[in-house]
Amino acid sequence: MKNFRIKKFWLAAMSIIAIIVIFGACSKSGRNKGMVESDAAEKVYVAPGTYDEFYAFMSGGFSGQISVYGLPSGRLFKVIPVYSQNPENGYGYTEETKPMLMTSHGFIPWDDAHHPDLSQTNGVPDGRWIFINGNNTPRIARINLKTFETNEIIEIPNTGGNHASAFVTPNTEYVVSATRFSVPYPQSDVSIADYKKYFKGAISYIKVDQVSGKMSLAFQILMPGFDYDLAHSGKGPSFGWSFFTCYNSEQASTLLEVNASKNDKDFIAAVNWKKAEEAVAAGKFKIMNCNYFHNTYNDETHSATTEKLTSVKVLDPKEVPGLIYYLPTPKSPHGVDVDPTGEYIACGGKLAAMIPVHSFTKMKKAIEEKKFDGEIDGIPILKYDAVIAGEVKDCGLGPLHTEFDGKGYAYTSAFITSEVVKWKVGTWQVVDRIPSYYSIGHLMVPGGDCAKPFGKYLVALNKITKDRYLPTGPEMCQSAQLIDISGDKMKLLLDFPTIGEPHYAQAIPAEILVKNNQRIFPIEQNKHPYAAKGEKEAKVVREGSNVHIYMTMTRSHFMPDNIEGVKVGDNVYIHTTNLEQDWDVPHGFAILGAEYSELLVMPGQTRTLVWRPKEVGVYPFYCTDFCSALHQEMSGYIRVSNTNIPISYNSSK
Amino acid sequence: MKTKYKILIVISSLLLTTSFFLPIWYISLDAPQYPEGMGMQIFINDIRGEKEHDLKNINELNHYIGMNKIIPDSISELRYMPFIIGALILLGLIAGISGKKFMLYIWMTVYFIVGAVGLYDFWQWEYDYGHHLNPDAALKIPGMSYQPPLIGSKQIMNFFATSMPDIAGWIIFGVFAIGLYVIIMTLINRKKENLLNEK
Repeated sequence: MKNFRIKKFWLAAMSIIAIIVIFGACSKSGRNKGMVESDAAEKVYVAPGTYDEFYAFMSGGFSGQISVYGLPSGRLFKVIPVYSQNPENGYGYTEETKPMLMTSHGFIPWDDAHHPDLSQTNGVPDGRWIFINGNNTPRIARINLKTFETNEIIEIPNTGGNHASAFVTPNTEYVVSATRFSVPYPQSDVSIADYKKYFKGAISYIKVDQVSGKMSLAFQILMPGFDYDLAHSGKGPSFGWSFFTCYNSEQASTLLEVNASKNDKDFIAAVNWKKAEEAVAAGKFKIMNCNYFHNTYNDETHSATTEKLTSVKVLDPKEVPGLIYYLPTPKSPHGVDVDPTGEYIACGGKLAAMIPVHSFTKMKKAIEEKKFDGEIDGIPILKYDAVIAGEVKDCGLGPLHTEFDGKGYAYTSAFITSEVVKWKVGTWQVVDRIPSYYSIGHLMVPGGDCAKPFGKYLVALNKITKDRYLPTGPEMCQSAQLIDISGDKMKLLLDFPTIGEPHYAQAIPAEILVKNNQRIFPIEQNKHPYAAKGEKEAKVVREGSNVHIYMTMTRSHFMPDNIEGVKVGDNVYIHTTNLEQDWDVPHGFAILGAEYSELLVMPGQTRTLVWRPKEVGVYPFYCTDFCSALHQEMSGYIRVSNTNIPISYNSSK
Repeated sequence: MKTKYKILIVISSLLLTTSFFLPIWYISLDAPQYPEGMGMQIFINDIRGEKEHDLKNINELNHYIGMNKIIPDSISELRYMPFIIGALILLGLIAGISGKKFMLYIWMTVYFIVGAVGLYDFWQWEYDYGHHLNPDAALKIPGMSYQPPLIGSKQIMNFFATSMPDIAGWIIFGVFAIGLYVIIMTLINRKKENLLNEK
């Protein structure tokens, strides 16, 4: 009897332990990591030697760069240096590229790059250029998509953070900019408490030359001192208008988290840029003095030049009636996204639980019928009910940004509930949702902000990574997720890590860029003043304490590679020209004791490193890029003396 | 000669003018590092890269094995080849227009000699490039030569070299074949005529 009881006891105890173990294990493995269908691997597999369907350009955020990925594979191809120095190839370190990073605040080797936008023709990406904003030291950069190199950077004056940028108009007439932080206009020494009195927000229109791509600041509009967040251009019926979201209509300057979240509604500013052009042409502007820099890179001189500009044309909305209208939009709006038809304007709200969608037709009608709800600084506020087309309910919490697939559906990222929500334009019904891992910021559909989206995929640009990849200490990569949107239901396909912090991204069918891709720089077009376009032009010239070395590089030697006559304290300008005319044969240059980066010189290009030897000795230099079978032999010496030794060097036979 | 053969000879002589603007030969080089291939096109008066910078890049690579640079301006054959082809065209036209069999034989004989000497000369150049190497070359393999084939393909280190006639080259061969055909046909016709006469 006793034995039986003991047995029963142990049996019960064992059962309970087994149940605990089983449930415990289940609850752990049952945590949702995203359901993936069996054909997902097949859909993202790009076989060796074959190409991806799309190029994706992701902003680097605080890395200040743009990264180039392939879709659907998620493979990283290139990091394009834009606002940040890049020791990998010498961008921002070489004499040729340092001027790119000049600003009115001096040489700034970093920025926070948020929103890339491809150039467009008739509202569709055309593959000429991609623009990206620099938020911290307000700038806009233009990247040439033949060379995938930054060709131009223009500083935006009177701006406290270039966040609502760099969005283009449908024919790349303009790239826009609007300040995230209002600042005294013009900048001056005033009490922060006098925010409402002195602080203004500037919206800027940067004209783009259709042939050269050259940017110029066409005009600025002096706006109330709110925080301008994001923008997009109208198209089709709304062509000629731009839309900017703004928050902090409370005009708080401290603890914005609370103080800028008080108003139930902030605004979208609808700007009639066609009218602004007319006003500028009619001379209804004031000239304001300011300082800003404009840096352009030339593919023939292989060098950048800096130009300092000192004035801007400023429009005051009070003096140009009909220039701007405010559309009331709930709860600190973020994204403002125009659907492919150009009729609907969807608005994200960082704290909202619904997505308001405005109608451009209703907006025009409301303006005609003067359905205003007061005005701010001469800008009429339209009545919310008069402009709203519909509200997407049950869209998750914190809807940030919306893109379109061209089939009548919209996709909105919801940060707080960490999901992508698919809804139908017109019925405003949510039709599908899929979790993101974790806390999605922007999302991107190839061409999803243009008049004819390419569709097929959606990339979720997530803000929090946590356990998605093998851990790498406290600092983790950022995470993107590829989602198939070709069917009724969204399907998770792939996670892939990204550099910096991608905010927004753009994608374009690969064939548009592949056919224009430049492989080399023709050596005969090299107009660099210190180029040696053949070994016979290689030489060393002393000019006072400056020594200019005109050096050539080819497989597998430098010319000259034995140099004497350099003195301690000289500024040695090493101008290296890569004589190769063969694709993917760069040469590198590094010399012992060089204070900054290496040089990476593309075929036909010239790059200059300044070296200031501090002690006597013989210094080796070498090619850093494994160029050929005898790459290791590609090296040389510079002798540094204390006494006056005449310059001498070996030359080509 | 029958009129139709006269016309044939005139037309085929004129066809030879294509060699003034189309390549007569090509040498292609394929290697793992050159997935799109490289190549040279040989014209009667020039040597060009198949793509813009191919010749420069071939010379660049050849310097490792100490091969002489291929510099079209230094190859004297490229200067007088146009005159030789011009003479061949002229002789062909004379043969065709006059219709004299004697002229046809002269044309074909000269044609054959030019062709044979030309091919031999080409082979000689290939031999020279492939064997006369700079003793200071970075890459020296005892017993190794780098002569590309005259016609056909050959693996030379990491390169798979193919040498073949190009469009104008095929035309030159074709025109020679037409000349031969006309000679044979006229010989056959004469036999027929002789037989008829005997009857």
